[in-house]
Amino acid sequence: MSVTDAAPIVTRRVGLANSWDLGTSLANDGYQGLRKALSVGPEAVATEVMAANLLGRGGAGFEAGKKWSMLRKADPVYLVVNGDESEPCTFKDHMLLEADPHQIVEGTAIAAFAVGATRAFIFVRGEFALGIERMTAAVNDAYRHGALGRDIFGSGYNLDIVIHPGAGAYICGEETALLESLEGKRGYPRDKPPWFPAVMGLYGAPTVVNNVETVSNLAWIVTNGGAAFAALGQGRSTGTRIFSLSGHVRRPGNYEVEMAKTTFADLIFDPRLGGGIRDGNDLKAFVPGGASAPWFGPDHLEMALDQDAVGRAGSMLGSGSVVVMDHTACMVKATWRITRFFHRESCGQCTPCREGGGWLDKILRRILEGGGRESDLDLLLDVCDNIAPGLGWPPQKTTICVLGPSIPSSITSAIKMFRSEFMAYIDAAQGSATNGSATNGSSTNGTATNGTVSSSGAINFSTANPAVGPAKGGEAR
Amino acid sequence: MSGSEARPPGHGSGVDPAGGLTTEAQRRIRDLIALYPRTRSALIPALHVAQEQHGWLTPGVMTEVAALLGLEPAEVYGTASFYDMLFTHPVGRYLVSVCTNLACMLNGGEELLEHASQQLGVAPGGTTADGNFTLEEVECIAFCGAAPCLAVNWRFFGNLSHDDFDRLTEDLAAGRLADEVPTHGTLSRVRREVGLPGVDAIVTATAAANGSANATVGAGAGADPPGSSGPGARP
Repeated sequence: MSVTDAAPIVTRRVGLANSWDLGTSLANDGYQGLRKALSVGPEAVATEVMAANLLGRGGAGFEAGKKWSMLRKADPVYLVVNGDESEPCTFKDHMLLEADPHQIVEGTAIAAFAVGATRAFIFVRGEFALGIERMTAAVNDAYRHGALGRDIFGSGYNLDIVIHPGAGAYICGEETALLESLEGKRGYPRDKPPWFPAVMGLYGAPTVVNNVETVSNLAWIVTNGGAAFAALGQGRSTGTRIFSLSGHVRRPGNYEVEMAKTTFADLIFDPRLGGGIRDGNDLKAFVPGGASAPWFGPDHLEMALDQDAVGRAGSMLGSGSVVVMDHTACMVKATWRITRFFHRESCGQCTPCREGGGWLDKILRRILEGGGRESDLDLLLDVCDNIAPGLGWPPQKTTICVLGPSIPSSITSAIKMFRSEFMAYIDAAQGSATNGSATNGSSTNGTATNGTVSSSGAINFSTANPAVGPAKGGEAR
Repeated sequence: MSGSEARPPGHGSGVDPAGGLTTEAQRRIRDLIALYPRTRSALIPALHVAQEQHGWLTPGVMTEVAALLGLEPAEVYGTASFYDMLFTHPVGRYLVSVCTNLACMLNGGEELLEHASQQLGVAPGGTTADGNFTLEEVECIAFCGAAPCLAVNWRFFGNLSHDDFDRLTEDLAAGRLADEVPTHGTLSRVRREVGLPGVDAIVTATAAANGSANATVGAGAGADPPGSSGPGARP
């Protein structure tokens, strides 16, 4: 396979001079999609988006058109756009928010019109200061242009969009945590059911939550038709998509490519894209779709960037981030770093995630610091099994949201693919332990004991309603 | 509400070093409240505004925010303490946030953090004696195409060598980057300027529509209130 000639959609204005200005947007078809949407009506817009089979670009990959159609009929309904991009090594929305804010405003207006919302909120990750400034300026300019506010473009449709800054919490990318945060509370995910946003979302009203990249596609789809979008890609993976490529590649960056027609090898090695591994090194492994995704090795390079194919192979395209690790990378270290992230970002509501994440973090650190034990790999897998029973894919849930069940992905992948690296640490530690110097890991000894208790199988977390303990989210800092 | 009521449990001195919210900040917070159907939704944006005052959220400032939003001070503190960007203790003029998550780790992020720590003479979490810099280790800040990277007061710098870091901190200390990097606490220098009166109209109309079985979805805002030109009104 090779990289196709499909023209970019959502990044087509990126790189233009002052691409974030209204003038640049208008000179490049800005707000034409919204004008057309307003003229054809909400049902026709929804029909085109359904025909496009636009899969959500946030991580779960659910069809955007179907998501809209599931909205409970009520008034008011709300549209919330998720720009809280925090999945490690995903940086596409960050770019879109800064480079083409009007495309997001336009897409948000189209989506709001289609679902019948008169108020929309764009939740922008708090750390994206420039993105917040550009989005706010874009809303101001869109109002002055008549693209927001009362009687948009003379259509009789009214819409207000609020740019809502987050305040630093990975969990708020989870849509129900995002809604809690938008209501001015701690970012605790809600139990589903009953809190499916389409039924009970913001302030209990039916709410659609769409990702920034997802809505960025809408103007193009309305203008060119759903069929034109569906003609790109293959199967359910239609259109183009941005992949955030990072790690040990020569040319890290965001690349928008045609879905399903492009492979991981294209993305990583094509001279117009990743350009290959740095220093001519060998590829060891790559993360195909964010820190929550199980890893792939060189034998998966020829796999297409196809949501269903990657799912069948036991991982996911997820948030569209691909992290490349070359032969110099320490896989135990990489595993620990991802695990520590989840531990720090656990909101603290559910025991398997809050405690299990901490145990895994500590056991991995103990191995890295030279205090590993022979039983540690079994212990790691056992704790993982308590968080996501069966260790299958997609993971079983023991928690309110999927943060906890995402923790085992990197650990099980790394142990399966690179067991010898773990054993090298552990063997070295055992060698030194006979000299009586095994106290390195003493600070984490208690952890191992706790984990052993759980390994007896006596603790069985039900999927229904895990214990909700006192909040510990703040501890992450 | 007195200041002492607001003192968060376990907080250090509880003394507000430099006074409460300015009139301007209070006005901006009232504008934010007007943007939302429910007042509490304005809490986090309001706390960002409040944090501009001293670079962190003093107990006194949190109490004032609570009063403006009709919340208990404990509700404000309880929310603020969940979020990494909201500080309930003093931080330096420049918050240096070094990423060590996967992409940065693979590209020298940990070494960059160590260098930063040596250069500034503080461990992650610490503030330099002159109050200029607070160093922190952060999770992925979505700038991985330029790893290793960091943010200073949430303005991003990437592909940093150790020399680059030294130059950056020198420039910051000398005030040479004042345009690019506002002092800590200032998240957005762009304000919502339009549409504010219209929000009230939409709220009114939505409330009215809620009382009507025949409310038309998609045309929910209804008629202008008397005397309102409306934000989106065509000239």
